[in-house]
Amino acid sequence: MKFVEYGEIVENIKIGANAYKMTIVLPKISAEAKPGQFVNVYTGLGEMILPRPISINEYDAEKGTLAIIYQVSGKGSEYFTTLPVGTEVRCVGPLGNGFMIDNEIKKNIIVGGGIGLPPLVELIKHLDGENHVFIGSRTTPILVERLEELGAKVHIATDDGSVGFKGNVVQLLDEVKPEGGMIYSCGPKVMLKYLAKWAMENNIPCQVSLEERMACGIGACVGCAIKIQKKGESDWQHLKVCKDGPVFFGDEVIWDE
Amino acid sequence: MSNVNTAVKICGVEMKNPVTTASGTFGSGREFSEFVDLSKLGAVTVKGVAAEPWKGNNAPRIAETYGGMLNSVGLQNPGADYFIENDIPFLRQFDTKIIVNICGHTIEEYCAVAEKLSDADVDMFELNISCPNVKEGGITFGTVPAMAEKVVSEVRKYCKKPLIVKLTPNVTDITEIAKAVVAGGADAVSLINTLLGMRIDINKRQPVLANKVGGFSGPAIKPVAVRMVYQVGKAVDVPIIGMGGIATWEDAIEFIMAGATGVAVGSANFANPFATVEVAEGIERYMRENNIKDLSEIRGIID
Ligand SMILES: Cc1cc2nc3c(=O)[nH]c(=O)nc-3n(C[C@H](O)[C@H](O)[C@H](O)COP(=O)(O)OP(=O)(O)OC[C@H]3O[C@@H](n4cnc5c(N)ncnc54)[C@H](O)[C@@H]3O)c2cc1C
Ligand SMILES: Cc1cc2nc3c(=O)[nH]c(=O)nc-3n(C[C@H](O)[C@H](O)[C@H](O)COP(=O)(O)O)c2cc1C
Ligand code: FES
Repeated sequence: MKFVEYGEIVENIKIGANAYKMTIVLPKISAEAKPGQFVNVYTGLGEMILPRPISINEYDAEKGTLAIIYQVSGKGSEYFTTLPVGTEVRCVGPLGNGFMIDNEIKKNIIVGGGIGLPPLVELIKHLDGENHVFIGSRTTPILVERLEELGAKVHIATDDGSVGFKGNVVQLLDEVKPEGGMIYSCGPKVMLKYLAKWAMENNIPCQVSLEERMACGIGACVGCAIKIQKKGESDWQHLKVCKDGPVFFGDEVIWDE
Repeated sequence: MSNVNTAVKICGVEMKNPVTTASGTFGSGREFSEFVDLSKLGAVTVKGVAAEPWKGNNAPRIAETYGGMLNSVGLQNPGADYFIENDIPFLRQFDTKIIVNICGHTIEEYCAVAEKLSDADVDMFELNISCPNVKEGGITFGTVPAMAEKVVSEVRKYCKKPLIVKLTPNVTDITEIAKAVVAGGADAVSLINTLLGMRIDINKRQPVLANKVGGFSGPAIKPVAVRMVYQVGKAVDVPIIGMGGIATWEDAIEFIMAGATGVAVGSANFANPFATVEVAEGIERYMRENNIKDLSEIRGIID
């Protein structure tokens, strides 16, 4: 069940170099949400007719609140930073299927790149096994404390070497060689592509949460196509990131083009 | 309060109100039915259906523009058999009319889908002639009067239901095409389809859409659409379903005054999932407040 809700913003703060956290009162959506799902956030401005899809960072069904973490990457996200506490925003959600959680697994490898990190926070609350989080970031990453607070073991790779390993997160995985029964990941497409390759080489199933340009976000417009070749099928097909995803198995995604 | 009759008739098919959905923006109604009671709409116009499944274009397929958007979905659809099996039974649960939008790359493909659907339980056909004719070097069917007339008259043979022909605005004189399709046997026309547009990412120095160009839609195109509905209304004598940027009931009334019998809400569904129903309710309110008993009182009132 999806809902259109007008939620009051109760928090909208800067939490990193280019990262903002917005907490919104959305009782219906937060009661229904699952880790890895997203919400459509609307600017309500006439010049921007499309919603902005943003992952759910954390939700609290009891309080009826939901948090998103966003970076400024254009006009809409820039506008979101100007919204004061008390403003109402229209949201539609929860959207997509979220991660496929397997709690038989004792050791999880969780990989987040840049602004792909936020949905992994809610995810680890739902994972019973040991959680090893690998973060790839250009510079000092966000959310490290929160992840540790939730019991995760955090490993960091930064491009500039300012924190942790100097290099990318797949190089870090090669260095640490973690063992695990499942990889859960979200981040830039290039990172996910090389991660999926790494996972195949190391024989670990790998879930990747993808982004694509969207219009409806609910599966009606077929705007958000991704090429997927399901195991055992002879040909690829265009699936919808918003409705069939945003999480797919890395070895089913056709990456190159 | 006075009693108003929001119903309209298009080629003998009665719609409880003039509001339908613009093909491709509403799927088959399934997804939006979580938010909108489809029984409140005059009709649901479904996403383009072809004889066989189409894979569509590469992503990215969507780009936002000021007050509008571009799409290059490329008419991805699961084909007529899937539509008959899954979408018709779903839509028949609601008290609304079904308009099936059909597409093809050749006259044979258009006829094949019309034939497959000829006994299907739909109320009207909408023929999308904005597709490239692959046998004629990719020229869009709807841009050459003779080609438009030909495809309509061929499809007409397989169509037992009223045939609406959807016009492309990417022509010099839309009234010429409108006259041609009526000569070919169109029972009604719908307009406008998307305008051809383009956006360039100046940082990447490449087009935003993988397909380079795409269809421009949304509130930004409304004045063009109103003008074309007005011109076509003066040129032909068949009912018009008007669309292009309709987001509010005021927009819809503008189209009706320009000459439209039906109105379709398209890209506005993305900005506001309730747009269709809000337009329908707004029209009814407007009629009451202005003591309009039937929309024919204001239809095409512009000289
Ligand atoms: C499933 C999903 C989850 C996401 N989760 C997050 C998140 O948790 N935090 C975060 O900061 N960002 C997230 N994004 C990316 C986010 O949607 C874009 O950063 C945002 O839409 C940019 O909007 P803008 O107006 O600032 O940029 P503009 O460039 O002005 O936007 C123009 C149009 O392009 C779309 N767009 C631009 N960038 C992207 C993108 N990367 N992906 C999809 N659409 C885009 C916008 O929605 C809008 O329709 C997610 C995207 C998807 C698909
Ligand atoms: C994402 C998208 C998909 C579309 N798909 C179709 C289609 O399959 N067949 C068709 O005839 N028109 C299609 N159209 C055109 C619309 O039906 C409509 O004519 C156009 O968008 C103008 O109306 P609007 O400004 O209200 O969106 C599509 C438009 C969009 C935005
Ligand atoms: S965004 Fe419309 S189908 Fe995914």
